[in-house]
Amino acid sequence: MTMQPLYQALKAGFPIGELTEQRPDLAFITVPREQLRGLLLHLRDQEGFTHLVLLTAVDWIEEDRFQLTYLLHDRKGARDIGLRVMLPRQAVIEGAPMESIHDLWPTAATYQRELREMFGIDFPDSPGVNEDFILEGWREIPPYRRDFDTLKYSNETFAPRPGRESQDPAQYMKAQLYPDGA
Amino acid sequence: MKQELEKRWVKGPDGVDFEVEPLRDYYCEAPPTVMPAAYSKIIEGLFNWARAESLWILGFGTGCGAIEMRPLMTPRFDAYRYGIQWRPTPRQSNLFVISGYLSVKTLKRVIRSYEQMPNPKYVVGLGSCTINGGMYFDSYNTITRLDEYLPVDVYITGCMPRPEALLAGFEELKRIIRAGKGEGANQYAERFDWYKANQKRVIHDWDMPDYNW
Repeated sequence: MTMQPLYQALKAGFPIGELTEQRPDLAFITVPREQLRGLLLHLRDQEGFTHLVLLTAVDWIEEDRFQLTYLLHDRKGARDIGLRVMLPRQAVIEGAPMESIHDLWPTAATYQRELREMFGIDFPDSPGVNEDFILEGWREIPPYRRDFDTLKYSNETFAPRPGRESQDPAQYMKAQLYPDGA
Repeated sequence: MKQELEKRWVKGPDGVDFEVEPLRDYYCEAPPTVMPAAYSKIIEGLFNWARAESLWILGFGTGCGAIEMRPLMTPRFDAYRYGIQWRPTPRQSNLFVISGYLSVKTLKRVIRSYEQMPNPKYVVGLGSCTINGGMYFDSYNTITRLDEYLPVDVYITGCMPRPEALLAGFEELKRIIRAGKGEGANQYAERFDWYKANQKRVIHDWDMPDYNW
């Protein structure tokens, strides 16, 4: 089984990016933001991808982008497809909104609430998106952003016990296994 | 402040309006007090022996360590033969086992539960997370040192400690109580302001009374 036939069929109707085949039954496509909704609808209603597995984000801080991943599952075909949408990072931080898909899959509202809290990506139309999700009384920048220094925050906030040693696992094991540096 | 905690007017079932101020009406505002020892050393010793033999654990699993409680409760390790048993509510228990990592959000619930437990009460910190943060030492949301927020009687090391280690820890706790050193509740009352200041430094949305008795 391969995702190529599906990709060719999608490509005929939508201006989409390259196909990344992870496994025969799992592939990712980078899609333009304007095409996302149409593609999701098409996949859900025509191609059998009825289940939204997850909606998550990646912070590509070096490339100044946020990546949203919409992972869909086709129960009958036992295959998954992930749609990647790239957002301009700086604009998102400044509050640029992203379109909500809670009307396609109600569960998306929960994911969007989490993304709002953990990455600061705003989905203004999503129900309850501004309520606390996991964090209570959070004051810093959203903690999943790569420019948030968790170690520094933890040391400043949580009164670490003195005497703790941390080692780089790779270096430590190298010194243990090859003491003469071979 | 949560809406249900704010002062408001309520219409009673008999049609009479009355004012409700939840923080004052539903909770006791008085801070905890130090419980003095019994009048005679022999009597206090008897009390301590009795306390050591009835450890009632609050069934509150804060982290992954809660999984170690199940083999302890069940026939294989059977902690009940040591006079240790689990209770569902804070009002019925006197031993709080903080089982593993403690997030700030859970800490708030832990404090509320701890304060509702009757004196004398004891705290056991389970696993390296309660001692120095363990593998969550750099987490944005996990406390690294339990004794900043609650008085801890015994720490049990390991990630996770085996049920045997827990049993050894409980035996150690019994020795401490018999020696009259299980004074966590009194410590909490004595240094109440210090503990409250530490708790409020990490719990930013403090929406409960200072003492939840």
